[in-house]
Amino acid sequence: MSLTFTPETEKILQDIWSRYPEGRKRSAVIPMLMYAQDQLGVVTSELVAEVAKRCEVSPLQVEEVVGYYSMLNKKRMGKHHVQVCTNIACLLMGGEALWHHATKRLGIGHKEVTADGLISLEEVECAGACSWAPCVVDGYEYHHHVTIEKLDQLIDSIQKVH
Amino acid sequence: MFNEPHPDEVRIISKRFGLPNSASIDTYLAHEGYVALMKAIEMSPEQIIDELKLSNLRGRGGAGFPTGLKWSFIPRDNPKPKYVVVNADESEPGTCKDRLLIQNDPHQLIEGCIIAARTIGCKKGYIYIRGEYRYLIDIMDKALAEAYAHGYLGKNIKGSGLDFDLYTHTGAGAYECGEESALLESLEGKRGVPRIRPPFPAVSGLYASPTVLNNVETFCTVPAVLRMGGQAYADIGTPKNGGTRMLCVSGHVNRPGVYEVPLGFPMQKMIYETCGGILNGKKLKGVIPGGSSSPVLKADECDFPMDYDNYARMKTMAGSGGMMVMDEDTDIVKVALRTMRFYAHESCGWCIPCREGTSWLRKILTRMDEGTGRRADIDLIHELAKNMLGRTFCPLGDAAAMPTIGFIEKFREEFEARLRETTMLATTPDQLISIN
Repeated sequence: MSLTFTPETEKILQDIWSRYPEGRKRSAVIPMLMYAQDQLGVVTSELVAEVAKRCEVSPLQVEEVVGYYSMLNKKRMGKHHVQVCTNIACLLMGGEALWHHATKRLGIGHKEVTADGLISLEEVECAGACSWAPCVVDGYEYHHHVTIEKLDQLIDSIQKVH
Repeated sequence: MFNEPHPDEVRIISKRFGLPNSASIDTYLAHEGYVALMKAIEMSPEQIIDELKLSNLRGRGGAGFPTGLKWSFIPRDNPKPKYVVVNADESEPGTCKDRLLIQNDPHQLIEGCIIAARTIGCKKGYIYIRGEYRYLIDIMDKALAEAYAHGYLGKNIKGSGLDFDLYTHTGAGAYECGEESALLESLEGKRGVPRIRPPFPAVSGLYASPTVLNNVETFCTVPAVLRMGGQAYADIGTPKNGGTRMLCVSGHVNRPGVYEVPLGFPMQKMIYETCGGILNGKKLKGVIPGGSSSPVLKADECDFPMDYDNYARMKTMAGSGGMMVMDEDTDIVKVALRTMRFYAHESCGWCIPCREGTSWLRKILTRMDEGTGRRADIDLIHELAKNMLGRTFCPLGDAAAMPTIGFIEKFREEFEARLRETTMLATTPDQLISIN
Protein backbone atom coordinates (compact mmCIF):
# COMPACT_ATOMS: atom_id res chain seq x y z
CA MET A 1 0.00 0.00 0.00
CA SER A 2 1.50 3.28 -1.01
CA LEU A 3 1.54 6.18 1.36
CA THR A 4 0.14 9.56 0.45
CA PHE A 5 0.47 12.69 2.49
CA THR A 6 -1.75 15.74 2.40
CA PRO A 7 -0.20 18.64 0.44
CA GLU A 8 0.45 20.45 3.74
CA THR A 9 2.31 17.49 5.25
CA GLU A 10 4.20 16.88 2.01
CA LYS A 11 5.36 20.51 2.00
CA ILE A 12 6.58 20.25 5.60
CA LEU A 13 8.41 16.97 4.90
CA GLN A 14 10.21 18.45 1.90
CA ASP A 15 11.12 21.55 3.86
CA ILE A 16 12.52 19.40 6.68
CA TRP A 17 14.55 17.38 4.20
CA SER A 18 16.12 20.55 2.78
CA ARG A 19 17.47 21.70 6.14
CA TYR A 20 20.34 19.22 6.38
CA PRO A 21 23.59 19.11 4.38
CA GLU A 22 24.09 16.67 1.50
CA GLY A 23 24.96 13.24 2.82
CA ARG A 24 23.43 14.08 6.22
CA LYS A 25 19.78 13.45 5.41
CA ARG A 26 19.54 10.93 8.23
CA SER A 27 19.06 14.00 10.44
CA ALA A 28 15.59 14.39 8.93
CA VAL A 29 14.39 11.00 10.23
CA ILE A 30 12.96 12.13 13.59
CA PRO A 31 11.31 15.39 12.43
CA MET A 32 9.79 13.60 9.40
CA LEU A 33 8.37 10.85 11.61
CA MET A 34 6.91 13.40 14.01
CA TYR A 35 5.15 15.51 11.37
CA ALA A 36 4.00 12.49 9.37
CA GLN A 37 2.63 10.89 12.55
CA ASP A 38 0.59 14.05 13.13
CA GLN A 39 -1.27 13.34 9.92
CA LEU A 40 -1.45 9.54 10.11
CA GLY A 41 -2.03 9.26 13.86
CA VAL A 42 0.47 6.40 14.13
CA VAL A 43 3.85 5.22 12.86
CA THR A 44 3.13 2.43 10.35
CA SER A 45 5.63 0.16 8.62
CA GLU A 46 4.80 1.99 5.37
CA LEU A 47 5.82 5.24 7.01
CA VAL A 48 9.04 3.69 8.29
CA ALA A 49 9.86 2.50 4.76
CA GLU A 50 8.99 5.87 3.23
CA VAL A 51 11.13 7.85 5.70
CA ALA A 52 13.99 5.37 5.24
CA LYS A 53 13.83 5.86 1.47
CA ARG A 54 13.74 9.66 1.66
CA CYS A 55 16.54 9.89 4.22
CA GLU A 56 18.76 7.30 2.52
CA VAL A 57 18.93 4.94 5.51
CA SER A 58 17.73 1.39 6.11
CA PRO A 59 14.24 0.75 7.55
CA LEU A 60 15.96 -0.82 10.56
CA GLN A 61 17.73 2.46 11.30
CA VAL A 62 14.34 4.16 11.34
CA GLU A 63 12.81 1.40 13.49
CA GLU A 64 15.48 1.77 16.16
CA VAL A 65 14.64 5.45 16.42
CA VAL A 66 10.91 4.75 16.65
CA GLY A 67 11.60 2.34 19.50
CA TYR A 68 13.56 4.92 21.45
CA TYR A 69 11.47 8.10 21.49
CA SER A 70 8.38 8.22 23.68
CA MET A 71 6.35 10.47 21.35
CA LEU A 72 6.61 8.09 18.37
CA ASN A 73 3.80 5.54 18.64
CA LYS A 74 3.41 2.27 16.75
CA LYS A 75 0.08 1.81 18.48
CA ARG A 76 -2.65 4.22 17.38
CA MET A 77 -3.44 6.70 20.14
CA GLY A 78 -6.77 8.46 20.54
CA LYS A 79 -7.91 11.38 18.43
CA HIS A 80 -7.13 13.39 21.55
CA HIS A 81 -4.01 12.23 23.31
CA VAL A 82 -4.41 13.54 26.85
CA GLN A 83 -1.17 13.70 28.80
CA VAL A 84 -1.15 14.20 32.55
CA CYS A 85 2.11 15.25 34.20
CA THR A 86 2.81 13.69 37.60
CA ASN A 87 6.47 14.70 37.90
CA ILE A 88 7.68 16.45 41.07
CA ALA A 89 6.32 19.98 40.55
CA CYS A 90 2.94 18.64 39.40
CA LEU A 91 2.97 15.94 42.10
CA LEU A 92 3.34 18.65 44.75
CA MET A 93 0.29 20.43 43.31
CA GLY A 94 -2.03 17.44 42.86
CA GLY A 95 -1.00 15.91 39.54
CA GLU A 96 -1.43 12.37 40.81
CA ALA A 97 -5.05 12.98 41.78
CA LEU A 98 -5.68 14.28 38.26
CA TRP A 99 -4.14 11.16 36.77
CA HIS A 100 -6.22 8.83 38.95
CA HIS A 101 -9.36 10.80 38.18
CA ALA A 102 -8.74 10.63 34.43
CA THR A 103 -8.09 6.87 34.44
CA LYS A 104 -11.16 6.22 36.56
CA ARG A 105 -13.48 8.42 34.55
CA LEU A 106 -12.37 7.04 31.17
CA GLY A 107 -11.75 3.48 32.33
CA ILE A 108 -8.39 3.31 30.58
CA GLY A 109 -4.77 3.30 31.76
CA HIS A 110 -1.38 4.55 30.61
CA LYS A 111 -1.10 4.64 26.81
CA GLU A 112 -4.56 3.10 26.42
CA VAL A 113 -7.40 4.30 24.20
CA THR A 114 -11.15 4.54 24.83
CA ALA A 115 -13.25 2.02 22.88
CA ASP A 116 -14.48 4.74 20.47
CA GLY A 117 -10.88 5.75 19.72
CA LEU A 118 -11.58 9.30 20.86
CA ILE A 119 -9.29 9.72 23.87
CA SER A 120 -6.03 8.12 24.95
CA LEU A 121 -4.22 8.76 28.21
CA GLU A 122 -0.57 8.99 29.08
CA GLU A 123 1.13 9.69 32.39
CA VAL A 124 3.99 11.88 31.22
CA GLU A 125 7.25 13.14 32.63
CA CYS A 126 7.87 16.85 33.21
CA ALA A 127 6.13 18.81 30.44
CA GLY A 128 7.82 22.10 31.36
CA ALA A 129 4.91 23.83 33.07
CA CYS A 130 6.26 23.60 36.63
CA SER A 131 5.46 27.14 37.73
CA TRP A 132 1.86 26.72 36.54
CA ALA A 133 1.33 23.21 37.87
CA PRO A 134 -0.41 20.89 37.66
CA CYS A 135 -0.58 20.63 33.90
CA VAL A 136 -2.39 18.52 31.33
CA VAL A 137 -1.46 18.53 27.65
CA ASP A 138 -4.10 17.68 25.03
CA GLY A 139 -2.17 16.84 21.86
CA TYR A 140 0.17 19.83 21.75
CA GLU A 141 -2.10 22.15 23.71
CA TYR A 142 -1.10 23.06 27.26
CA HIS A 143 -3.59 23.48 30.11
CA HIS A 144 -2.22 25.01 33.31
CA HIS A 145 -3.40 25.14 36.94
CA VAL A 146 -5.66 22.17 36.19
CA THR A 147 -8.18 21.06 38.80
CA ILE A 148 -10.42 17.98 38.76
CA GLU A 149 -13.28 20.26 37.60
CA LYS A 150 -11.18 21.73 34.79
CA LEU A 151 -10.08 18.27 33.70
CA ASP A 152 -13.72 17.15 33.62
CA GLN A 153 -14.60 20.20 31.53
CA LEU A 154 -11.80 19.37 29.10
CA ILE A 155 -12.98 15.78 28.71
CA ASP A 156 -16.61 16.96 28.39
CA SER A 157 -15.65 19.39 25.65
CA ILE A 158 -13.77 16.70 23.73
CA GLN A 159 -16.70 14.30 23.99
CA LYS A 160 -19.27 16.95 23.05
CA VAL A 161 -17.54 17.93 19.80
CA HIS A 162 -17.34 14.37 18.53
CA MET B 1 3.41 34.78 30.15
CA PHE B 2 1.92 34.24 33.54
CA ASN B 3 3.52 36.39 36.18
CA GLU B 4 3.66 40.18 36.17
CA PRO B 5 7.12 41.72 36.56
CA HIS B 6 8.11 41.80 40.23
CA PRO B 7 10.06 44.73 41.73
CA ASP B 8 12.79 42.31 42.87
CA GLU B 9 13.51 41.35 39.28
CA VAL B 10 16.23 42.76 37.04
CA ARG B 11 14.77 42.14 33.62
CA ILE B 12 17.48 41.96 31.00
CA ILE B 13 16.57 38.98 28.83
CA SER B 14 12.92 39.08 29.83
CA LYS B 15 12.50 42.85 29.45
CA ARG B 16 10.39 42.56 26.29
CA PHE B 17 8.06 39.91 27.73
CA GLY B 18 5.09 42.17 28.46
CA LEU B 19 5.16 44.17 25.21
CA PRO B 20 2.34 43.81 22.69
CA ASN B 21 3.34 41.30 19.96
CA SER B 22 6.60 40.74 21.80
CA ALA B 23 7.48 37.82 19.52
CA SER B 24 7.36 39.92 16.33
CA ILE B 25 10.42 41.35 14.63
CA ASP B 26 8.89 44.84 14.60
CA THR B 27 8.63 44.86 18.39
CA TYR B 28 12.12 43.43 18.66
CA LEU B 29 13.62 46.06 16.34
CA ALA B 30 11.83 48.84 18.24
CA HIS B 31 13.44 47.67 21.48
CA GLU B 32 17.17 47.35 20.79
CA GLY B 33 16.71 44.26 18.64
CA TYR B 34 19.64 43.23 16.43
CA VAL B 35 21.69 46.18 17.76
CA ALA B 36 24.21 43.75 19.28
CA LEU B 37 24.52 41.89 16.00
CA MET B 38 25.45 45.07 14.13
CA LYS B 39 28.04 45.67 16.83
CA ALA B 40 29.33 42.09 16.53
CA ILE B 41 29.77 42.48 12.77
CA GLU B 42 32.21 45.35 13.46
CA MET B 43 34.07 43.32 16.10
CA SER B 44 36.69 40.60 15.61
CA PRO B 45 35.87 37.10 16.93
CA GLU B 46 38.53 37.61 19.61
CA GLN B 47 36.89 40.82 20.78
CA ILE B 48 33.50 39.08 21.06
CA ILE B 49 35.01 36.23 23.07
CA ASP B 50 36.84 38.75 25.29
CA GLU B 51 33.55 40.52 26.07
CA LEU B 52 31.91 37.20 26.93
CA LYS B 53 34.80 36.27 29.20
CA LEU B 54 34.64 39.67 30.86
CA SER B 55 30.90 39.23 31.44
CA ASN B 56 31.47 36.09 33.54
CA LEU B 57 28.51 34.54 31.72
CA ARG B 58 28.24 30.88 32.65
CA GLY B 59 26.09 28.30 30.87
CA ARG B 60 22.47 28.40 31.97
CA GLY B 61 21.61 24.82 31.07
CA GLY B 62 22.96 23.04 34.11
CA ALA B 63 26.73 22.66 34.17
CA GLY B 64 27.55 26.38 34.44
CA PHE B 65 30.59 26.31 32.16
CA PRO B 66 31.97 29.78 31.23
CA THR B 67 30.53 30.64 27.80
CA GLY B 68 33.43 32.76 26.49
CA LEU B 69 35.87 29.98 27.27
CA LYS B 70 33.64 27.40 25.58
CA TRP B 71 33.47 29.45 22.38
CA SER B 72 37.24 30.00 22.44
CA PHE B 73 37.79 26.22 22.17
CA ILE B 74 36.50 26.15 18.57
CA PRO B 75 39.56 25.46 16.45
CA ARG B 76 39.89 28.21 13.81
CA ASP B 77 42.18 26.24 11.51
CA ASN B 78 39.84 23.23 11.26
CA PRO B 79 38.77 22.99 7.60
CA LYS B 80 35.44 21.29 8.46
CA PRO B 81 32.19 23.27 8.47
CA LYS B 82 31.27 24.57 11.92
CA TYR B 83 27.85 24.49 13.57
CA VAL B 84 25.80 26.38 16.13
CA VAL B 85 23.33 24.22 18.05
CA VAL B 86 20.77 25.46 20.56
CA ASN B 87 19.67 23.13 23.32
CA ALA B 88 15.96 23.87 23.63
CA ASP B 89 15.18 20.37 24.87
CA GLU B 90 14.15 21.81 28.23
CA SER B 91 13.04 18.78 30.23
CA GLU B 92 14.78 18.91 33.58
CA PRO B 93 11.91 18.57 36.06
CA GLY B 94 11.28 21.95 37.65
CA THR B 95 12.41 23.97 34.63
CA CYS B 96 10.10 26.07 32.46
CA LYS B 97 12.10 29.15 31.45
CA ASP B 98 13.24 28.37 27.90
CA ARG B 99 9.58 28.05 27.03
CA LEU B 100 8.99 31.67 28.01
CA LEU B 101 12.12 32.91 26.25
CA ILE B 102 11.06 31.32 22.95
CA GLN B 103 7.38 32.16 23.29
CA ASN B 104 7.87 35.82 24.18
CA ASP B 105 11.12 36.77 22.49
CA PRO B 106 12.27 34.36 19.76
CA HIS B 107 14.33 36.99 17.94
CA GLN B 108 16.58 37.43 20.96
CA LEU B 109 17.55 33.76 20.60
CA ILE B 110 18.04 34.14 16.85
CA GLU B 111 20.30 37.15 17.40
CA GLY B 112 22.38 35.20 19.94
CA CYS B 113 22.82 32.40 17.39
CA ILE B 114 23.90 34.77 14.61
CA ILE B 115 26.48 36.33 16.92
CA ALA B 116 27.78 32.84 17.75
CA ALA B 117 27.98 32.04 14.04
CA ARG B 118 29.85 35.30 13.40
CA THR B 119 32.28 34.44 16.22
CA ILE B 120 33.20 30.93 15.12
CA GLY B 121 32.78 31.34 11.34
CA CYS B 122 29.77 29.08 10.87
CA LYS B 123 27.13 28.88 8.15
CA LYS B 124 24.46 26.59 9.60
CA GLY B 125 22.72 26.27 12.93
CA TYR B 126 19.93 24.20 14.48
CA ILE B 127 17.56 24.90 17.33
CA TYR B 128 16.74 21.52 18.88
CA ILE B 129 13.34 21.95 20.54
CA ARG B 130 11.67 19.20 22.55
CA GLY B 131 8.82 17.56 20.66
CA GLU B 132 6.19 18.49 23.25
CA TYR B 133 6.86 22.18 22.57
CA ARG B 134 5.31 22.10 19.10
CA TYR B 135 3.58 25.45 19.56
CA LEU B 136 7.00 26.97 20.27
CA ILE B 137 8.44 25.41 17.14
CA ASP B 138 5.65 27.15 15.21
CA ILE B 139 6.47 30.48 16.90
CA MET B 140 10.16 29.97 16.19
CA ASP B 141 9.57 29.04 12.53
CA LYS B 142 7.55 32.22 12.08
CA ALA B 143 10.29 34.31 13.70
CA LEU B 144 12.95 32.66 11.50
CA ALA B 145 10.91 33.52 8.40
CA GLU B 146 10.71 37.15 9.56
CA ALA B 147 14.46 37.24 10.18
CA TYR B 148 15.11 35.94 6.65
CA ALA B 149 12.68 38.49 5.19
CA HIS B 150 14.51 41.31 6.99
CA GLY B 151 17.94 40.13 5.89
CA TYR B 152 19.17 38.95 9.32
CA LEU B 153 19.49 35.36 8.11
CA GLY B 154 20.55 33.90 4.79
CA LYS B 155 23.23 35.18 2.42
CA ASN B 156 25.34 38.27 3.10
CA ILE B 157 23.58 39.31 6.31
CA LYS B 158 23.08 43.10 6.26
CA GLY B 159 25.89 43.48 3.73
CA SER B 160 28.47 42.01 6.10
CA GLY B 161 29.50 39.13 3.87
CA LEU B 162 28.30 36.77 6.60
CA ASP B 163 26.10 33.82 5.47
CA PHE B 164 24.09 31.95 8.07
CA ASP B 165 21.08 29.63 7.91
CA LEU B 166 19.19 28.70 11.06
CA TYR B 167 16.53 25.98 11.39
CA THR B 168 14.33 24.40 14.02
CA HIS B 169 14.60 20.67 14.68
CA THR B 170 11.98 18.81 16.69
CA GLY B 171 12.81 16.20 19.28
CA ALA B 172 10.43 13.31 19.93
CA GLY B 173 10.30 12.82 23.68
CA ALA B 174 13.50 11.89 25.51
CA TYR B 175 14.97 13.66 28.55
CA GLU B 176 18.35 12.17 27.69
CA CYS B 177 18.49 14.35 24.56
CA GLY B 178 18.96 17.40 26.78
CA GLU B 179 22.45 16.05 27.45
CA GLU B 180 24.73 17.66 24.87
CA SER B 181 26.26 14.59 23.26
CA ALA B 182 22.98 12.65 23.17
CA LEU B 183 21.35 15.74 21.65
CA LEU B 184 23.92 15.67 18.86
CA GLU B 185 23.27 11.97 18.24
CA SER B 186 19.56 12.70 18.08
CA LEU B 187 20.14 15.64 15.74
CA GLU B 188 22.00 13.22 13.47
CA GLY B 189 18.86 11.05 13.35
CA LYS B 190 19.87 8.38 15.84
CA ARG B 191 18.82 7.13 19.26
CA GLY B 192 19.77 9.67 21.92
CA VAL B 193 22.66 7.91 23.60
CA PRO B 194 25.65 9.81 24.94
CA ARG B 195 29.13 9.96 23.42
CA ILE B 196 32.32 9.53 25.39
CA ARG B 197 34.27 12.75 25.88
CA PRO B 198 36.83 13.99 24.99
CA PRO B 199 36.58 15.01 22.24
CA PHE B 200 34.13 17.70 23.32
CA PRO B 201 31.60 19.20 20.88
CA ALA B 202 33.81 22.27 20.39
CA VAL B 203 36.22 19.99 18.55
CA SER B 204 33.96 17.19 17.36
CA GLY B 205 30.25 17.89 17.66
CA LEU B 206 27.53 17.76 15.01
CA TYR B 207 28.67 15.58 12.05
CA ALA B 208 32.06 15.29 13.84
CA SER B 209 32.60 19.01 13.21
CA PRO B 210 33.41 21.86 15.63
CA THR B 211 30.15 22.89 17.30
CA VAL B 212 29.08 25.58 19.74
CA LEU B 213 26.26 24.09 21.81
CA ASN B 214 24.53 26.14 24.50
CA ASN B 215 21.24 26.39 26.32
CA VAL B 216 18.50 28.77 25.09
CA GLU B 217 19.00 31.17 27.99
CA THR B 218 22.75 31.37 27.36
CA PHE B 219 22.30 32.34 23.71
CA CYS B 220 19.58 34.80 24.71
CA THR B 221 22.01 36.52 27.06
CA VAL B 222 24.73 37.06 24.46
CA PRO B 223 23.09 40.07 22.72
CA ALA B 224 22.65 41.78 26.10
CA VAL B 225 26.31 41.24 26.96
CA LEU B 226 27.50 42.84 23.72
CA ARG B 227 24.99 45.69 24.01
CA MET B 228 25.85 46.55 27.61
CA GLY B 229 29.49 45.53 27.51
CA GLY B 230 30.88 42.54 29.36
CA GLN B 231 31.94 44.50 32.44
CA ALA B 232 28.53 46.13 32.94
CA TYR B 233 26.87 42.71 32.69
CA ALA B 234 29.32 41.13 35.14
CA ASP B 235 28.68 43.94 37.62
CA ILE B 236 25.06 42.84 38.01
CA GLY B 237 25.99 39.50 39.58
CA THR B 238 28.53 38.38 42.16
CA PRO B 239 32.26 37.82 41.41
CA LYS B 240 32.76 35.03 38.81
CA ASN B 241 28.97 34.79 38.46
CA GLY B 242 27.90 37.39 35.92
CA GLY B 243 24.45 38.80 35.33
CA THR B 244 20.97 37.48 35.88
CA ARG B 245 19.23 34.12 35.78
CA MET B 246 15.73 32.98 35.07
CA LEU B 247 14.65 31.15 38.21
CA CYS B 248 11.61 28.91 37.85
CA VAL B 249 9.87 28.63 41.19
CA SER B 250 7.27 25.92 41.62
CA GLY B 251 5.59 23.92 44.36
CA HIS B 252 4.18 25.24 47.62
CA VAL B 253 4.58 29.00 47.33
CA ASN B 254 1.94 31.69 47.00
CA ARG B 255 3.34 33.21 43.79
CA PRO B 256 5.10 30.55 41.75
CA GLY B 257 6.56 31.82 38.50
CA VAL B 258 9.67 32.49 36.45
CA TYR B 259 11.66 35.42 37.82
CA GLU B 260 14.77 37.01 36.35
CA VAL B 261 17.00 37.98 39.25
CA PRO B 262 20.70 38.85 39.62
CA LEU B 263 23.01 35.96 40.48
CA GLY B 264 23.55 35.98 44.20
CA PHE B 265 19.90 36.81 44.97
CA PRO B 266 19.09 35.47 48.47
CA MET B 267 17.05 32.26 48.45
CA GLN B 268 15.21 33.24 51.63
CA LYS B 269 14.04 36.48 50.01
CA MET B 270 13.01 34.61 46.88
CA ILE B 271 10.77 32.23 48.81
CA TYR B 272 9.29 34.57 51.40
CA GLU B 273 9.14 37.91 49.58
CA THR B 274 9.25 37.52 45.81
CA CYS B 275 7.14 34.38 45.83
CA GLY B 276 5.00 35.49 48.76
CA GLY B 277 5.90 32.73 51.23
CA ILE B 278 4.63 29.21 51.71
CA LEU B 279 1.09 28.28 50.64
CA ASN B 280 -1.61 28.32 53.33
CA GLY B 281 0.82 29.75 55.90
CA LYS B 282 2.55 26.41 56.33
CA LYS B 283 6.18 25.87 57.25
CA LEU B 284 8.94 25.12 54.77
CA LYS B 285 10.31 21.58 54.71
CA GLY B 286 12.91 21.85 51.98
CA VAL B 287 13.80 23.02 48.49
CA ILE B 288 15.04 21.14 45.44
CA PRO B 289 17.06 24.11 44.22
CA GLY B 290 18.18 23.52 40.62
CA GLY B 291 15.99 20.95 38.90
CA SER B 292 15.34 17.36 39.97
CA SER B 293 19.03 16.43 39.60
CA SER B 294 20.15 18.77 42.38
CA PRO B 295 20.38 17.48 45.98
CA VAL B 296 17.62 18.75 48.27
CA LEU B 297 18.17 21.44 50.90
CA LYS B 298 16.50 21.39 54.32
CA ALA B 299 14.55 24.43 55.47
CA ASP B 300 17.39 25.74 57.66
CA GLU B 301 19.81 25.57 54.70
CA CYS B 302 17.70 27.76 52.42
CA ASP B 303 19.35 31.03 53.25
CA PHE B 304 22.25 31.81 50.95
CA PRO B 305 23.03 34.00 47.93
CA MET B 306 22.06 32.02 44.85
CA ASP B 307 25.11 31.97 42.59
CA TYR B 308 26.99 29.00 41.16
CA ASP B 309 29.70 29.04 43.85
CA ASN B 310 27.31 29.23 46.78
CA TYR B 311 25.16 26.39 45.49
CA ALA B 312 28.39 24.34 45.31
CA ARG B 313 29.27 25.40 48.86
CA MET B 314 25.87 24.08 49.97
CA LYS B 315 26.80 20.76 48.26
CA THR B 316 24.07 21.13 45.68
CA MET B 317 23.91 22.87 42.32
CA ALA B 318 22.41 25.80 40.46
CA GLY B 319 21.50 23.38 37.68
CA SER B 320 18.81 24.59 35.34
CA GLY B 321 17.29 27.11 37.74
CA GLY B 322 14.25 25.01 38.64
CA MET B 323 13.44 25.63 42.32
CA MET B 324 10.81 23.27 43.73
CA VAL B 325 9.57 24.37 47.15
CA MET B 326 8.10 21.79 49.53
CA ASP B 327 5.97 22.53 52.60
CA GLU B 328 6.04 20.69 55.93
CA ASP B 329 3.42 18.14 54.83
CA THR B 330 5.39 16.92 51.81
CA ASP B 331 6.01 13.18 51.76
CA ILE B 332 9.74 12.93 51.02
CA VAL B 333 9.61 9.17 50.38
CA LYS B 334 7.03 9.82 47.68
CA VAL B 335 9.09 12.63 46.15
CA ALA B 336 12.21 10.42 46.16
CA LEU B 337 10.26 7.63 44.48
CA ARG B 338 8.73 9.92 41.85
CA THR B 339 12.19 11.32 41.11
CA MET B 340 13.58 7.83 40.62
CA ARG B 341 10.63 6.69 38.49
CA PHE B 342 11.54 9.58 36.22
CA TYR B 343 15.22 8.65 35.92
CA ALA B 344 14.48 4.94 35.47
CA HIS B 345 12.09 5.85 32.65
CA GLU B 346 14.52 8.25 31.02
CA SER B 347 17.77 6.29 31.39
CA CYS B 348 18.77 5.55 27.80
CA GLY B 349 20.16 2.16 28.80
CA TRP B 350 23.62 2.75 27.37
CA CYS B 351 25.58 2.53 30.65
CA ILE B 352 24.85 -0.36 33.00
CA PRO B 353 25.32 1.47 36.34
CA CYS B 354 22.61 3.94 35.29
CA ARG B 355 20.24 1.51 33.59
CA GLU B 356 20.36 -1.08 36.38
CA GLY B 357 20.91 1.39 39.21
CA THR B 358 17.88 3.50 38.42
CA SER B 359 15.53 0.56 37.98
CA TRP B 360 16.68 -1.16 41.18
CA LEU B 361 16.39 2.09 43.10
CA ARG B 362 12.88 2.53 41.70
CA LYS B 363 11.93 -0.96 42.84
CA ILE B 364 13.33 -0.50 46.35
CA LEU B 365 11.76 2.94 46.76
CA THR B 366 8.45 1.56 45.49
CA ARG B 367 8.32 -1.14 48.14
CA MET B 368 9.32 1.39 50.78
CA ASP B 369 6.48 3.69 49.69
CA GLU B 370 4.00 0.83 49.49
CA GLY B 371 4.76 -0.28 53.02
CA THR B 372 6.72 -3.42 52.30
CA GLY B 373 10.17 -1.93 52.84
CA ARG B 374 12.88 -3.71 54.76
CA ARG B 375 15.11 -2.45 57.57
CA ALA B 376 18.22 -2.67 55.41
CA ASP B 377 16.66 -0.76 52.51
CA ILE B 378 17.66 2.72 53.66
CA ASP B 379 21.35 1.88 53.64
CA LEU B 380 20.91 -0.17 50.48
CA ILE B 381 19.45 2.84 48.63
CA HIS B 382 22.26 5.06 49.89
CA GLU B 383 24.97 2.56 48.97
CA LEU B 384 23.52 1.73 45.57
CA ALA B 385 23.19 5.41 44.62
CA LYS B 386 26.75 6.14 45.73
CA ASN B 387 28.02 3.34 43.51
CA MET B 388 26.46 4.97 40.45
CA LEU B 389 28.37 8.23 40.86
CA GLY B 390 30.93 8.95 38.17
CA ARG B 391 30.49 5.62 36.44
CA THR B 392 28.53 6.62 33.35
CA PHE B 393 29.18 8.28 29.97
CA CYS B 394 26.82 11.15 30.67
CA PRO B 395 25.60 12.87 33.84
CA LEU B 396 22.19 11.12 33.93
CA GLY B 397 23.52 8.45 36.28
CA ASP B 398 24.85 11.12 38.63
CA ALA B 399 21.66 13.13 38.21
CA ALA B 400 19.67 10.17 39.51
CA ALA B 401 22.10 9.28 42.29
CA MET B 402 22.80 12.74 43.74
CA PRO B 403 19.25 13.71 44.73
CA THR B 404 18.64 10.20 46.11
CA ILE B 405 21.70 10.42 48.33
CA GLY B 406 20.48 13.87 49.36
CA PHE B 407 17.00 12.65 50.32
CA ILE B 408 18.44 9.83 52.44
CA GLU B 409 21.09 11.95 54.15
CA LYS B 410 18.87 14.96 54.82
CA PHE B 411 15.58 13.20 55.58
CA ARG B 412 16.62 9.80 56.90
CA GLU B 413 14.10 10.07 59.72
CA GLU B 414 11.24 10.14 57.20
CA PHE B 415 12.38 6.89 55.63
CA GLU B 416 12.73 5.35 59.12
CA ALA B 417 9.29 6.59 60.11
CA ARG B 418 7.84 4.93 57.00
CA LEU B 419 9.42 1.64 58.06
CA ARG B 420 8.02 2.00 61.59
CA GLU B 421 4.52 2.53 60.19
CA THR B 422 5.05 -0.59 58.15
CA THR B 423 6.13 -2.57 61.19
CA MET B 424 3.04 -1.44 63.10
CA LEU B 425 0.85 -2.49 60.21
CA ALA B 426 2.37 -5.96 60.02
CA THR B 427 -0.13 -8.44 61.43
CA THR B 428 1.61 -11.78 61.04
CA PRO B 429 5.09 -12.95 62.13
CA ASP B 430 5.92 -13.63 58.47
CA GLN B 431 5.38 -10.02 57.55
CA LEU B 432 7.59 -8.88 60.41
CA ILE B 433 10.38 -11.18 59.32
CA SER B 434 10.21 -9.85 55.80
CA ILE B 435 10.47 -6.30 57.11
CA ASN B 436 13.45 -6.93 59.33
